[in-house]
Amino acid sequence: MDKIIVGLKRVVDYNVRVQVKSDGSGVETDGVKMSINPFDEIALEEALRIKESGAATEVVAVSIGTSESQQQLRTGLAMGADRAILVTVDGDIDPLSIARVFKALAEKEGAGLVMLGKQAIDGDNSQVAQMLAALWGRPQATFASGVTIEGDSARVVREVDAGLETVEVDLPAVLSVDLRLNEPRYVKLPDIMKAKKKPLDEVPLTDLGIEPGPVIKELQYAAPEGRQRGVTVDDVAGLVAALKDKGLV
Amino acid sequence: MTKVLIIAEHDGSALNPSTAKCVSCAAAIDGAEIDIAVLAADTTGIAAEAAEFEAVSRVLTIERAENEKPITAKLAPQIAAIAGDYSHIMGPSTTFGKDLMPHVAALLGVNQVSDIMTVENSHTFKRPVYAGNAIVTVEAPAGSTVVATVRVASWQAANGGNSATIAPLDAAAELPMHTRYVSLESAASDRPDLQTAARVVAGGRALGSEEQFGLIYQLADALGAGVGASRAAVDAGYCPNELQVGQTGKIIAPDLYIAIGISGAIQHVTGIKDAGTIVAINKDEEAPIFEVADIGMVGDLFQILPELIDAVN
Repeated sequence: MDKIIVGLKRVVDYNVRVQVKSDGSGVETDGVKMSINPFDEIALEEALRIKESGAATEVVAVSIGTSESQQQLRTGLAMGADRAILVTVDGDIDPLSIARVFKALAEKEGAGLVMLGKQAIDGDNSQVAQMLAALWGRPQATFASGVTIEGDSARVVREVDAGLETVEVDLPAVLSVDLRLNEPRYVKLPDIMKAKKKPLDEVPLTDLGIEPGPVIKELQYAAPEGRQRGVTVDDVAGLVAALKDKGLV
Repeated sequence: MTKVLIIAEHDGSALNPSTAKCVSCAAAIDGAEIDIAVLAADTTGIAAEAAEFEAVSRVLTIERAENEKPITAKLAPQIAAIAGDYSHIMGPSTTFGKDLMPHVAALLGVNQVSDIMTVENSHTFKRPVYAGNAIVTVEAPAGSTVVATVRVASWQAANGGNSATIAPLDAAAELPMHTRYVSLESAASDRPDLQTAARVVAGGRALGSEEQFGLIYQLADALGAGVGASRAAVDAGYCPNELQVGQTGKIIAPDLYIAIGISGAIQHVTGIKDAGTIVAINKDEEAPIFEVADIGMVGDLFQILPELIDAVN
């Protein structure tokens, strides 16, 4: 396999307690720490390991967004991606259009694998990998917790509700990765310096010939209904009594 | 005219309870006519179960040897081939539906509404984002098919008692050979299924080992409960992955959820927000799990659990 394309989405950091804006137009992102979507970081780590094993020659990191996403691509380059492509758009873009971007790039680059996180922790949609597989007419293996490249195919262990499912897919293929696939490496300072010299190309969305179609409109954000802290019991007898009170034992 | 097609989830012989939740979601759309599609190698038993749901008009069976295992690359083209008659195509937000439905959406050239919690009208829905820290009202474009997944924990199972028409259907579609099912490794268990159990006992990192996680199974068995776990407990290898509850695991809504040695990270709590009663047992009184617990108990789980198991027995 020649190339692996990895998608890196810029999202509100995993540790931030997200607040809904008072006017309901979205969530507060001003002054909030932004990071690579954690699932995408795992996808990149796996791509790097595949390359290090000799099964691929180049890892290309791709992000779609405003110029601010350069920051996440630089981190990806510091982790070990060979080069990066930022497809620039103003504002939000829908999952189907994102899938079309990845299809265009996969075909242009002749990618053997496109690796994505199983979901982004902002929209929690879990759509792009599956959509890309449909548009590209190639196999999908979602929620991967084990990946073995075997020549022209890959054996993928998937975390499904019933347990661990193994599938075999012909390459090129689309993978979406789950948390237990690997633990991403830490970036070292010299790598950050080196990453500054690696190529990062910017391509406007329109240059790829993609016009976003009708999107699902977000009308209103609201905070979820909260749960209240209840009673505290001191011993097992108290606990059992409290459960009996509620008719639960 | 609202016509909804629900894609049945099953294990090859029996219907998964997630399908009954999808029916309730579809029935929440005013005037919806609801069909269920069963794609399997042998649809007989599954279709009979699906035909029992109240509000279902027809059960359409697509029987092909290739439908023996739920491989999206094979199922999606068949669903796209029969989608033309419908305004809505719905599936459960389980790993089955999450894998399949976006693929169907892309074949139909539309985006997907993920994880419907409530139906406002035929094209407007509420869904969770940011691990449930925000709820967004979304509107799908009028004039194109609505493809959606249903957040199963938000819906009650549809009632039975119906006997809808069962009709075989021929979904002419060429199916690719590039994706092959190899195996499924599943921890066999007689315990209630985590996603539908009325009671769930869940353990976290504080259990300390796979062996000591056995206390969770003991309490669960005493209560007739299903077993869940935090991501930390699964990562540490105390229990299999299918027990994970939370943003990236299962979203559940049992009547009773007992969290033992689970600190209560946002990503975990989002998986249990709809539980009836949450009980938390943790030695750290500052643990965030206590903020959402109806009944909290601070103490050493290794002392509390044996006592509690005795008391319940």
